[in-house]
Amino acid sequence: MSPRSAGLPDPRIPAGPIAEAWRRTRDGLPLISPLRKRQLQVLVVGSGLAGASAAATLAEQGYRVKLVTFHDSPRRAHSVAAQGGINAAKNYANDGDSIERLFADTLKGGDFRAREAGCHRLAEISGGIIDQCVAQGVPFAREYGGTLANRNFGGSLVSRTFYARGQTGQQLLYGAYQALMRQVAAGQVELLTRRDMLELVTVDGVARGIVCRHLLTGALETHTAHAVLLASGGYSNVYYLSTNALKSNASGIWAAHRQGALFANPCFTQIHPTCIPSGDAFQSKLTLMSESLRNDGRVWLPAKRDDPRAAAAIPEAERDYFLERQYPAYGNMVPRDVASRRARELCNGGQGVGPGGRSVYLDFNDAIADHGRATIAARYGNLFEMYERITGDDPMAGPMRIYPAPHYTMGGLWVDYHLMSSIPGLFVLGEANFSEHGANRLGASALMQGLADGYFIAPATVTAWLAGHPTPEIAPDHPACREAEARAHGRLQALLAAGGSQPVDGFHRELGHLMIEYCGISRCAEGLQTGLKQVAHLEARFHQEVRVPGEATGPNGELEKALRVADFFSLAQLMLRDALAREESCGAHFREEHQTPEGEALRDDGSFAHIAAWQYQPGSGEPTQPAPAAEPVRYSEPLEFTLMQPSTRNYR
Amino acid sequence: MSGTLSLNLRIWRQVGPDGQGAYGSYRLEQISRDLSLLEALDVLNEQLIGAGERPVTFEHDCREGICGSCGFLVNGQAHGPQRATTVCQLYLRQFKDGDTLVLDPWRAKAFPLIQDLAVDRASLDSLIGAGGYCSVNTGNAPEANGTLIGKEQAASAFDTATCIGCGACVASCRNASASLFVAAKLAHLAQLPQGQPERSHRARAMQAEMEQQGFGSCSNNLECEAVCPKQISADWISWMHREGRRHPA
Repeated sequence: MSPRSAGLPDPRIPAGPIAEAWRRTRDGLPLISPLRKRQLQVLVVGSGLAGASAAATLAEQGYRVKLVTFHDSPRRAHSVAAQGGINAAKNYANDGDSIERLFADTLKGGDFRAREAGCHRLAEISGGIIDQCVAQGVPFAREYGGTLANRNFGGSLVSRTFYARGQTGQQLLYGAYQALMRQVAAGQVELLTRRDMLELVTVDGVARGIVCRHLLTGALETHTAHAVLLASGGYSNVYYLSTNALKSNASGIWAAHRQGALFANPCFTQIHPTCIPSGDAFQSKLTLMSESLRNDGRVWLPAKRDDPRAAAAIPEAERDYFLERQYPAYGNMVPRDVASRRARELCNGGQGVGPGGRSVYLDFNDAIADHGRATIAARYGNLFEMYERITGDDPMAGPMRIYPAPHYTMGGLWVDYHLMSSIPGLFVLGEANFSEHGANRLGASALMQGLADGYFIAPATVTAWLAGHPTPEIAPDHPACREAEARAHGRLQALLAAGGSQPVDGFHRELGHLMIEYCGISRCAEGLQTGLKQVAHLEARFHQEVRVPGEATGPNGELEKALRVADFFSLAQLMLRDALAREESCGAHFREEHQTPEGEALRDDGSFAHIAAWQYQPGSGEPTQPAPAAEPVRYSEPLEFTLMQPSTRNYR
Repeated sequence: MSGTLSLNLRIWRQVGPDGQGAYGSYRLEQISRDLSLLEALDVLNEQLIGAGERPVTFEHDCREGICGSCGFLVNGQAHGPQRATTVCQLYLRQFKDGDTLVLDPWRAKAFPLIQDLAVDRASLDSLIGAGGYCSVNTGNAPEANGTLIGKEQAASAFDTATCIGCGACVASCRNASASLFVAAKLAHLAQLPQGQPERSHRARAMQAEMEQQGFGSCSNNLECEAVCPKQISADWISWMHREGRRHPA
């Protein structure tokens, strides 16, 4: 095992047995008196599951909290769109589940690229999350006897997923949002809506505040605090078309990265196999269709290349049920990454259907014949309606068309066991950090992690940090604030001054094409090198040819987009570099050079059982001076496995 | 079904809350019927930027009908003609070639206009802050299965909890009442044991806040139910009025 790179902070993994390590850690953390808490200001950026739950909990504990969100209301955060459910090791189904099993599934699902201690803590906390949400009135599905219902999800062998129809994220978010609004009404939380975080303020290397742009007035505002928590979500929108909301950006985490926060495993991005594919060039998003459809739907393609016939005209013998053919044991239920990869291969080979040959069929004909129309309608009726609303086609009459789409980013800002980034005083929660999902996230685990971070972990560790660092709050006219405002102002002006003629969206679309081609489902060294060159070239063109109409003052949606896309260009290059440096296949990261003779992922534990953490080099990819790019520095944090030894996934 | 169509758009243009507004007329030629109405506005905006004009401001985010950001009137109907559908899920195949669509912002005293089709709905957050929660701090929750809740009761609570806070009910009401929004939240929590301790206070506080924020009263026109993208029943408004009598101030 390679040692931890010099320059990487101590990840503060607790010593001793991993089970109960969190309880031991928490019990040993210093506390702060209620009187003192009232004098401490905590700033939370983002109002999704992680941000809203952290802000509400810290306010309940007596801190003065400011919550900054891009949205007009905290309830809009993209956690609202999560469909499937939330895992917890309650073993209500009495099917042998336990904390140890949820821990093992999380670590194994992440293909042994996450920390054992973090995964174990998540499993330990999971049950308490459900208790908390139920107490808030989250209307989870119930059994006839009145107990909570559980379902099986994402290929797990046990039923541990709690759900609220297909809108679990919405209901959990509203629980956290209502707890937050209670604190807003009580005066404990100052709610700052419609703000875009543009810069992090640091003093002597410690996070002390942020600069944000007020999206209605355009004013640059500085907010200072004793601790800053980023819970601003993931970066799937680098790919332009994804399942994310259109305004999901990486501006907060990228601003922190520019100020020195390490970025971990940027190339670990999850592509979800069952999404409504793209058609017209102006299509603005790819809508996720729940994975549960693969329980009854059969995935197929015409056996012949470039077959012009409609699905119904292709006889059974001329159809290729490729997942059933290649994976007789798991069939259509193979994991997300495997299903996505196989679909892409066949579409690249000319078997794909729909516009541009970029989709595969998901067929319910046999399920309808076996179980009857009514049963299938009861199981998937709302999903079928959603599909028909978007595409105009009825899945009862003919097969759905689906294709993989970027969905979730496992990578994010590097954090230690306390969720603190490499910048002291800056904590990172939820999808914005890189923590427990390793190289691949299990279904129904994102909601669990966001709420574990927000309700339970950050409130304890932020308190401990504040107890140990009794520094006075800085004034908004502190030179560090002025400098950060000047940086933000410079970037705004540069974008507004670019004398081009092209709208932002066109550049974003092109960036998306490059990233999905070279850094998507399947990656190779040559493609990644090409991608790096082309993204750098496109970035240079963007800064010369973009037209951002309007002014810095007042509402300016195009300026918001331009800022977001400028960050995506830099982040895209870091993703490509990371994918190039990781010369192995693991989880969602598939390098074509590293596969078994059967075409399955080949991990290299000898060389890559580590977290890659990247340090930004000033001058590299400066937003206003795109070229030439200085190389960021790659650190590695070795991963130790004591409770479980890395095994190889096998679905054949 | 694919193919293209052309549309005439008359869109309310207003730079700020204090300015004068007016309709702007635009034409989209031969665009795909598979685009959503919001994607058609994206196309229009690219054309406007290219021509050096100010793009149309409208609220949107998830574009899958769950975040509640989007919403404007299409030919006078909140979220347009399709039932149980937010405007981001309204596809052009619902319209005919050559149709004229008139787009207006939500109009209500409690929703001040920001720009063009965007309005400020922060008043809905204030309604939730007035009592739309259970007062339980993090960390002292009892075991989740300690309280049994019937399957149908939980499902009914869920149905009322699906409100996405888009404001269509207010925009479609001639009194600009938020009765359906408030009733939905009261009903969600009153149907669950967790909501009982604060039930009376919540009912009074949220209805008082509704008045405070400048929303009107209900006069049973039921437009709100017709336009609600989550199909929340207006029966809950009658229930709320009974709830008010059960828990007088």
